Amino acid sequence: MNKITAQFEDKKPLVTYISGGDPSLEMTEKLIYKLQAEGVDIIELGIPFSDPLADGPVIQEASQRALKAGTTLKKLIAKINEIQDRVEVPLVLMGYYNSVLNYGEKEFARDISAAGISGVIIPDLPVDEKAELSVHLAEYGISQIMLVTPNTSDQRLKEIIVKSSGFLYCVAHLGTTGDDQQGVYPGLEKYLQRVRKTAGDLPLGLGFGIDGPEKVKKIIDYPDGIIIGSALIKAIQAGNTEAEMLANAGEFVKKIKNAIIEEN
Amino acid sequence: MSRGYFEEFGGRFVPETLMPALDELEEVYLELKDDPKFINKLKSLLADYSGRPTSLYFAEQLTKYYGGAKIYLKREDLNHTGAHKINNTLGQILLAKKMGKKRIIAETGAGQHGVATATVAARFNLDCEIYMGAEDIERQALNVYKMEMLGAEVIPVTSGTQTLKDATNEAIRDWVTNVEDTHYIIGSVVGPHPYPEMVRDFQRIIGDETRKQIQEKEGRLPDYILACVGGGSNAMGIFYPFVEDKEVKLVGIEASGKGIDSGQHAATLTAGRVGVLHGSKSYLLQDDDGQIIPAYSISAGLDYPGVGPEHSYLKSIERVDYQSATDMEAVAAFKLLSEKEGIIPALESSHALSYLEKLAPELDQNQLIVVNLSGRGDKDINNFKKIREAEENE
Ligand SMILES: Cc1ncc(COP(=O)(O)O)c(C=O)c1O
Repeated sequence: MNKITAQFEDKKPLVTYISGGDPSLEMTEKLIYKLQAEGVDIIELGIPFSDPLADGPVIQEASQRALKAGTTLKKLIAKINEIQDRVEVPLVLMGYYNSVLNYGEKEFARDISAAGISGVIIPDLPVDEKAELSVHLAEYGISQIMLVTPNTSDQRLKEIIVKSSGFLYCVAHLGTTGDDQQGVYPGLEKYLQRVRKTAGDLPLGLGFGIDGPEKVKKIIDYPDGIIIGSALIKAIQAGNTEAEMLANAGEFVKKIKNAIIEEN
Repeated sequence: MSRGYFEEFGGRFVPETLMPALDELEEVYLELKDDPKFINKLKSLLADYSGRPTSLYFAEQLTKYYGGAKIYLKREDLNHTGAHKINNTLGQILLAKKMGKKRIIAETGAGQHGVATATVAARFNLDCEIYMGAEDIERQALNVYKMEMLGAEVIPVTSGTQTLKDATNEAIRDWVTNVEDTHYIIGSVVGPHPYPEMVRDFQRIIGDETRKQIQEKEGRLPDYILACVGGGSNAMGIFYPFVEDKEVKLVGIEASGKGIDSGQHAATLTAGRVGVLHGSKSYLLQDDDGQIIPAYSISAGLDYPGVGPEHSYLKSIERVDYQSATDMEAVAAFKLLSEKEGIIPALESSHALSYLEKLAPELDQNQLIVVNLSGRGDKDINNFKKIREAEENE
């Protein structure tokens, strides 16, 4: 079983997102250690991009801070490569297709594999596009985690699920990341039931707009795991010093983990 | 299967949320495109509401001035709302109505597309919100008043470079969130399939009319057609019906701002590399890391780091020659047309006009050039006042 799917075996994993290089690659490294120490099960690292059109303001700003600090995809991969022996949880890169295309699809798969990265999420690369990326990722045994949304048709669900590995990223509502839409996910239960019928054994991760323990408690029954990005970044940003930021990250993760456990 | 490619360019690189909307749009468009009722409705709006056909005007004074080829201007500036943009918005608003959408969104740079969208939204009684970069709101204040007068809400975009690129990002984010009741009227031949193809089809009326008009006046096709290229809709519109006529030379003129070497320009096809932005694969201004480089041009409508995928294709097969013009060249052409012909052109269109300086004197007097005068310059007067003051202070 691949390293990502294995995290879904005996629990509902917590997947967290931070932007790579926000506000520096050194801080990203420290955050990775902190998150895994507090029990995060899978860590997503965002590839900073100038025009992140699937993201809300929190991740847009995180991306901007990372770019300002001089983060590039090359440097991000090099950093992960350097620290891979100290990282126990699976790492997933999430980024926009232009970053990968510009890097070279084959080179990207090769280099992230060497850096020990387990999976990739590209929100603006739908299943129908002719990209060589999937072939190269498969060659190196890297999961390509695909996204589905509440308005994805049954026909598309089938096509997407066939291509997705690791888990299936179920976008909780129509919108961008971090948009909590006043806490309501209309029809969530039905949506995930419909997806599960087609997904079979592929675990379902739910993300977009999960903003804290209260929301986690309301939704945790339905998916196999949850993904949190903007809310964690906000908590980190509330710190004034590096130490505070790391402490905030730890506190946040603890609260979420407890909420998951309490409800299960 | 992937659709909407011009060889390697185009496609649909968007979040999954938008796929059903793009499928629906494509389906409705393909259905209506050949429907006589739809065709007639659009035709009569273009005629009676916008004032088509626009004239093909022999610019006698400009021709004399350059002393070379005969110069004709395709007068898209005479359209209702002052530019070619309305050809597309009229088409798309009918599609939005057919799809039962309640709300219209659009991005705008110069504000011409925003005004053209607000106009049709008013006419067809749909809610309308226009995303516009905060910097462009300042550069194109007149158009902001117009949009508000027409009942649209203008939403300032303060992310990124605060220009057209970022307005487009925000419009896409809005669409992702409100996709069920909202139609996004993209203003150029850019974006995910079916937009590049559909917007081109709505704009090809420029070229279809030009073909008929030049036949009537000259009994033959022109030797050259010039058009400015931002996203590329006015250029695709006038070029497309001539693509198979190899004897007609097509020249697209991008904005080279303060000069290609200065790094401050919007000459995507001249100085860019292939990448993916706003849902399609095409030439892009990007750095070594694949980050989009902000474009720059004196003209807000050309200030865009991407270009329509069909232009990238036409470049790759060398059917269209892509050139560029600087701010200063455009400003000179702006003044010249105003003085010689009594026509104040848009700064965007002035980029195409400026190429006459290089081309017209080199040609014989029996050769024919058509320039697509994509819009009028009222919106640029404030900007122009600033330029003149700066020149006087030098
Ligand atoms: C008058 C005019 N011409 C040209 C353009 C550039 O757009 P396109 O390249 O799509 O024609 C604009 C855009 O705002 C415009 O207002």
